[in-house]
Amino acid sequence: MARRITAGRIWSHVWVHALVWMFVLFSIFPILQIVGISLRPGDQLYSTDLKLIPDNHTFAAYRIMLTEKPFLLWLRNSLVVSLGTALIGVALASLGGFALSRYRFTGRGAALQGILMTQMFPATMLLLPLYLMMRKFHLVDTLGGVMIAYVATALPFCIWTMKGYYDTIPAALNEAALIDGCTPFQAYFRVTLPLSTPALVITALFSFMTGWSEFMVARVMLASKELMTLPLGLESLFTTYQTEWANYAAGSLLVCIPVVVLFLVLNKYLVSGLTLGSVKG
Amino acid sequence: MSARRTQNRLAFWFLLPSAVVLLGVVAYPFFFNVYISLTNWNMFHFRNPEIIGLTHYFRLFAEEDFYRIFGKTIAWTAINLVFHFTLGLGAALLLNRKLPGRNIYRALLILPWAMPQYISALTWRGMFNVEYGAVNLILGKIGIGAVPWFTNEFWAFMAPVITNIWLGFPFIMVIALGGLQSIPKELYEAARIDGAGPVRQFYSITLPMLKPVLLPALVLGTIWTFNNLNVMWLVTDQGLPADKTHILVTYVYKAAFQYYRYGYAAAFSVFIFLVLVFIVKGYNRAAREEAY
Repeated sequence: MARRITAGRIWSHVWVHALVWMFVLFSIFPILQIVGISLRPGDQLYSTDLKLIPDNHTFAAYRIMLTEKPFLLWLRNSLVVSLGTALIGVALASLGGFALSRYRFTGRGAALQGILMTQMFPATMLLLPLYLMMRKFHLVDTLGGVMIAYVATALPFCIWTMKGYYDTIPAALNEAALIDGCTPFQAYFRVTLPLSTPALVITALFSFMTGWSEFMVARVMLASKELMTLPLGLESLFTTYQTEWANYAAGSLLVCIPVVVLFLVLNKYLVSGLTLGSVKG
Repeated sequence: MSARRTQNRLAFWFLLPSAVVLLGVVAYPFFFNVYISLTNWNMFHFRNPEIIGLTHYFRLFAEEDFYRIFGKTIAWTAINLVFHFTLGLGAALLLNRKLPGRNIYRALLILPWAMPQYISALTWRGMFNVEYGAVNLILGKIGIGAVPWFTNEFWAFMAPVITNIWLGFPFIMVIALGGLQSIPKELYEAARIDGAGPVRQFYSITLPMLKPVLLPALVLGTIWTFNNLNVMWLVTDQGLPADKTHILVTYVYKAAFQYYRYGYAAAFSVFIFLVLVFIVKGYNRAAREEAY
């Protein structure tokens, strides 16, 4: 059947595409800016040119970041903190979520409510008391201290995600394992856990990204130059007397790319995890 | 009876590690914060804080700054949410059509949300640079001229607002897109047969059908925007010009960690928390009244 093409339909097509492109331009313009700036040669840092790819573009800023700046040190610190957060977050959430999904214990409702409520606490409110507590335990200015704060930040979401996933696995499997003589922990560890790989991956990546992208807590907790994480390091390029534009841009692209890719793959799960909590309350 | 007891015992051990973290790092600090708010803890009384009762709370409500910042916080939250929802919903409606390359467009539009927030904020701070920033360069090219971001109180507030609008609309877009795809096509066909135009269809079918997904997003969005430290702090470089551009949370952060006014900052935090509880309660009530 031949499709009838009318002038009206063509016009509406043009409109839709124009609008979509306006959105796209708005979204990606800042990102194109960083790309362009990261390629600027040293004599054009304060250029008033709007070209996306600058004249005489060079990868010098990337080389400077990787060899002359302590970028690799920041990277190491960030990796330690983020991987630690992910490991602890997954371990705790997979245990806690299991109890909330499988057992009908006294205070279960209160526990679920409490976990949701933590999402409402402004970070600033907890940061001051936490900072004073950590001073007392000599955890200020240690990567461990920051890690504890990040685990607590990511944990509620992780527990919800794990609980939600366990809910979709038939409880009968767990019971069968118990009848076959497994201890409750074995039933969890050998039967339910291996079936929950997707949720474990999401939980791990979410915890990792929490640590990878956090600035305000790290700024308070870490004072030594040797302990700077990537966010602190990149910001330090910004606030020195002269902003190191190209270096900042190159560094932030290196930091962005892995998490942006992860995020594009994962966003579907993150969204369902976030809204699940509030819908099913 | 005993089955319940076994369940309790098992659940206890499984939950213990998480509970230790959440009680120690979230619940205890919460109460500790209330205690701090009742003391004169600051730089001068660092080792010997004393309880001084509600003094900080009274001081809070007597300050002119407090009302200005509170007003800015409300404006900040409201403006952001309005734009997040209109832009997010608009983008979702566009992408819900049969569009060649739709998945690529979708990925490109999510990018602002996918970037680490602090990088977006710092990048926008650079783009708002008065002389070399891309925003003023473009405004100059189209003949509007340079805007004094960061030296003028109004524009210093608009800079983080624009940044946060950019950052936040993809979340609503993704949520709305998911909701749109679950609306049965038959509803629109029936409406067309009954003679309803596109606008009528939007208000009578699309919006009501999206409500169950948009309402939780509205609650989350309000909390996130209200509590957003990163954008305000980083774009305005700690409140330029001269601590004029703050919302409640950045003001507290600065009072606590730049000026060491612990008791005062703690009292401010308690107030912020109460406002949030009030907002969420309000939403819940609205949602419940809708349901009947």
